[in-house]
Amino acid sequence: MARFLLVMLAFTLSACSANWGWYVVNPQTKAGWTNLSFLLSGLKYTVLLSLTAILISIVVGLLVALPGLSSNRAMRTASRIYVELVRAVPILVLILWVYYGLPQLTGLTISVFWAGVIALALSDSAFEAEIFRAGIQSIAKGQYEAAYSVSLNYTDTMRYVILPQAIRRILPALGNQLVYMLKMSSLVSVIGMQELTRKANELVVTEYRPLEIYTVLVLEYLVLILIVSAGVRWLERRMQTDERA
Amino acid sequence: MPPDAPDAIIRFDSVSKYFGEFQVLKSIDFKAASGERIVVCGPSGSGKSTLIRCINGLESYQSGVITVDGVQIGQSVAALRKVRDQVGMVFQQFNLFPHLTVLENLMLGPTRARRLDPAQARAIAMKYLERVRIPEQAGKYPRQLSGGQQQRVAIARSLCMEPRIMLFDEPTSALDPEMINEVLDVMVELAGTGMTMIVVTHEMGFARKVADRMVFMDHGEIVETAPPEEFFTAPKSARCKDFLQKILNH
Repeated sequence: MARFLLVMLAFTLSACSANWGWYVVNPQTKAGWTNLSFLLSGLKYTVLLSLTAILISIVVGLLVALPGLSSNRAMRTASRIYVELVRAVPILVLILWVYYGLPQLTGLTISVFWAGVIALALSDSAFEAEIFRAGIQSIAKGQYEAAYSVSLNYTDTMRYVILPQAIRRILPALGNQLVYMLKMSSLVSVIGMQELTRKANELVVTEYRPLEIYTVLVLEYLVLILIVSAGVRWLERRMQTDERA
Repeated sequence: MPPDAPDAIIRFDSVSKYFGEFQVLKSIDFKAASGERIVVCGPSGSGKSTLIRCINGLESYQSGVITVDGVQIGQSVAALRKVRDQVGMVFQQFNLFPHLTVLENLMLGPTRARRLDPAQARAIAMKYLERVRIPEQAGKYPRQLSGGQQQRVAIARSLCMEPRIMLFDEPTSALDPEMINEVLDVMVELAGTGMTMIVVTHEMGFARKVADRMVFMDHGEIVETAPPEEFFTAPKSARCKDFLQKILNH
């Protein structure tokens, strides 16, 4: 058994070494460097797209979550319907619908970037709404009562008392959504957005080196997301020192 | 006080409240004069917390009329705000804002609701922190304080709104025994300032010392109301006698 595994390992390794062609992205050659900077040039759009979309989706998510917590039944139902509908549409389908369908409906042309932002933000907002709802519901009733007792109105109660506490609790979940957003932004490549995945696809077509180029792509996302994770953890630690004795 | 005294700052006229099918308040008639100190007691589930929570609109009611300082509660959001500007409340579980420092806890109401500028709000906050004898804790977070200190911060937070009425909902029930007195001392001192106070508590020593009037509730009704002397020495109803026996001889 052990001998069989060793043989298999040797076979795999030799197969690998026979097929790798790292020259295609070797920064020490001129062509390799050009290819590499071409791949990396998508980074700006991936980051910009994801950040814009997550900011919008957080705002929309909050605006959907608040009526979902209302004592008014019609408001709760409206919020529920939004979440259920938007959550049911696959992101790729939403991207195609927003980019190709929405202009026909509205008569406005939408740039690839904004089509991507709208589709990603819309799709994510349903999830953000559920996260906010859970976070807000986890705050004790006594906090509202104390705020109302010092004569705060609903808006100030949410802004200064409830949301700051809720956001601390949902920060890990919000971080998750940002990571998810970074990954899902790769889907916007299908409508021609010049982000990381699109750049990789274009280079593969001219260089015929999918293994190396897509490996670089994997590493690009990996590094990006590790940085984001570290950032979210740092923020979590920073915000929670307040509350701990 | 006589039923139709004009200076009643709080009035309940046949107020009833239900939680679903269950009637928590049964046609309550109740009045408090300005500056009066009333202690409400009774067995758990008797409706005493609900009664005082109605006074600042934390509980709604289904029939009757509640008027606080001439403003009827339940009419509009504006009316409710007006009442809450006049009524401070201290809770059993303190309910401090855990993400804010002591000073920020105290300044939130004055800056947001009373629209004072931060310097003024800070001055008021420090004044009341000194009144409850913990000015040195201003920069700390609630979790860094003992229960007794937290409750004193909560009292100071209410006082920063400079209310005319203070409500206390079992303010010492969640405290360790050795911390009860530091909170009661602050309340006794407050009683000396002429503040209208309605206190739900089982601290009968405090009641004897401070109350102008005792109110005994059971099963959603005010069963008996009397000055403390009379209340403790000669309770009229059997339910009240029974209750006093239980809490005074434990």
